[in-house]
Amino acid sequence: MGLQVENLTIYYQTLSGDVRALENATFSLEGGEIMGLAGESGCGKTTLGHSLIFLAPPMKYVGGRVLLDGEELPIQDMEKMNEFRFRDISIIPQYAMNALNPIRKIGRMTEELLQAKKVDFKAVLPELKRRLDLVKLPHDVLDLYPIELSGGMKQRMVMVVSTLLDPSLLIADEITSALDVASQKAVAEMLVEFRDQDCCKSAIVITHDISILYQIADSIMIMYAGQVAEKASTRTIIHSPRHPYTKLLISSLPEIGVKYSERQLTGIPGKPPLLLDPPPGCRFRDRCPIAFDKCLEVPPFVEIEKGHFVACWKEAGNA
Amino acid sequence: MLKLDKVTKIYRVGTFGGKELHAVSEVSFEVRDREVVSLIGESGSGKSTIGKMILHLVSISDGSILLDDLDVAALKGEALKEYYRKVQGVFQDPFSSYNPIFKADRIFQTIHDEFYPDVSAGEWSAKVERTLKDVGLNPEHVLDKFPHQLSGGQLQRFLIARALLLDIKFLVADEIISMLDASTRIDVLNLLAGLKELGLSILFITHDLSLANYISERAVILYRGCVAEMGATEKIFTNPRHPYTQMLIASVPRLDRKWEAQASVESKCAPTGYASGCVYYDRCPLAFGKCKRRPIPLEIEPGHFVACWKAAEPPV
Repeated sequence: MGLQVENLTIYYQTLSGDVRALENATFSLEGGEIMGLAGESGCGKTTLGHSLIFLAPPMKYVGGRVLLDGEELPIQDMEKMNEFRFRDISIIPQYAMNALNPIRKIGRMTEELLQAKKVDFKAVLPELKRRLDLVKLPHDVLDLYPIELSGGMKQRMVMVVSTLLDPSLLIADEITSALDVASQKAVAEMLVEFRDQDCCKSAIVITHDISILYQIADSIMIMYAGQVAEKASTRTIIHSPRHPYTKLLISSLPEIGVKYSERQLTGIPGKPPLLLDPPPGCRFRDRCPIAFDKCLEVPPFVEIEKGHFVACWKEAGNA
Repeated sequence: MLKLDKVTKIYRVGTFGGKELHAVSEVSFEVRDREVVSLIGESGSGKSTIGKMILHLVSISDGSILLDDLDVAALKGEALKEYYRKVQGVFQDPFSSYNPIFKADRIFQTIHDEFYPDVSAGEWSAKVERTLKDVGLNPEHVLDKFPHQLSGGQLQRFLIARALLLDIKFLVADEIISMLDASTRIDVLNLLAGLKELGLSILFITHDLSLANYISERAVILYRGCVAEMGATEKIFTNPRHPYTQMLIASVPRLDRKWEAQASVESKCAPTGYASGCVYYDRCPLAFGKCKRRPIPLEIEPGHFVACWKAAEPPV
């Protein structure tokens, strides 16, 4: 069943007006799919992730619907969402290393968290221990304070706690960015393992590091300045992207083996528009090498091949 | 040009400073003229400490840093100011390098007041504009703005421009790419590589191996304050000999190849005490009896040093 998001629009309220951080996002996620969500900072990827679970001011719901396993999520209602949070939809927050309460032992903190959801800690304990084994943490971490764990261990502990009630959707926000490469690999692989073991049905992995997504994601969605640019299977996004932004983004990534003296890579000239008063039409227009008159209108997000969606007028005709 | 000889930094830690933390132990390498050397290591490996010691921001516990035969640790007063004309640093977070209540271009003004009081204001602003163009910025768009009105990439280039105003010979670039977006980071990296043509030597401190490979001629791999391996970048990337380097290179996420199904060994909490043996001993899959003694960096092929007892043995 998975997740369906239709025309989701979220603004930020500020003194100088609404910041249009997310505009008409429409996409779906199959059960069991790990979708990577990538883009530059300020493109709305974290806004999208957070709006699905904790839509708090200054975030403002403007329109759209979210369906999880066929049931509509009341994302605009902070109270009603409590029923779904943690149980059906869960999040591993950015900088999860600081997400644990520093003055509680980890086991005690987990117990309190479960009490709040009226779940018996004792009944969940065997499963909790099994999951600790899964992420290769010793059982006695439950008797430790967060300060006694390393960054990678804390990250994995938060992963275990977040998925303890087998949520249908897990949102992982930049979970690998603060770790060194060895822990990065271990944490990313554990996320896949969690999905394979049904600890969460599907997951949205938010990151700016596309090479991590290539390793673990089934599909990748690229966002630009609050708009969804392209979504397709991981292979397609990396090897045959169709949106000009995706193409430029992928070609600007330095890879092992590429050296400055042999082949110079280029970045994307210009910078994203301010979202306080964004230009009409496609927001990538100013930086796009193939922009034309039609780009003054917002391009539709169309399926050009099975499972490959692109929001670009140059590609829309090929649908 | 810059030579580090058995540089060691010991921090006093614990409530009363009763414990010692060996942040950097006996690190020796050199950066030649017009050369980009990458210093690669995970968090806590001491890479930033080395950068700060070169910049005379933290003291050296033991060993010496020489810039063209000038002992950096002994510099004081006027001599130190002269040193800063030649050596400058740019750091990781461009947002916190500025005072938010002043305009961003104040950093150029302070350089003018401190180092070039004899240059007239008109001449100075012409020089600033020229340097800004060198780093790929349009002076009209970026001057007279507050830090929050500029992007991270622009602020980072401002800092590089500030360093260039001083006719520097050596730049310490400490993780300057990691806070930037993918679409702008490559431009800053190209800028850095271009500076080399102007006669600059660069110490590029990073944890990202693909960036290091892209820009540098030589690389130094650091693990818990010790040099694990160093040599020409291609040699290290195509023929890593230290088990730590091998593990690092296997864990880098790449776009052309998926990770191999091999368990990576993660670091545990950093021990504070001084280890007499190989610092990689507790994570190393190849560790054997001899590893209880600290390995000495050994030249296994010209210019390629490895600090590992196993790598020193002929392959079986």
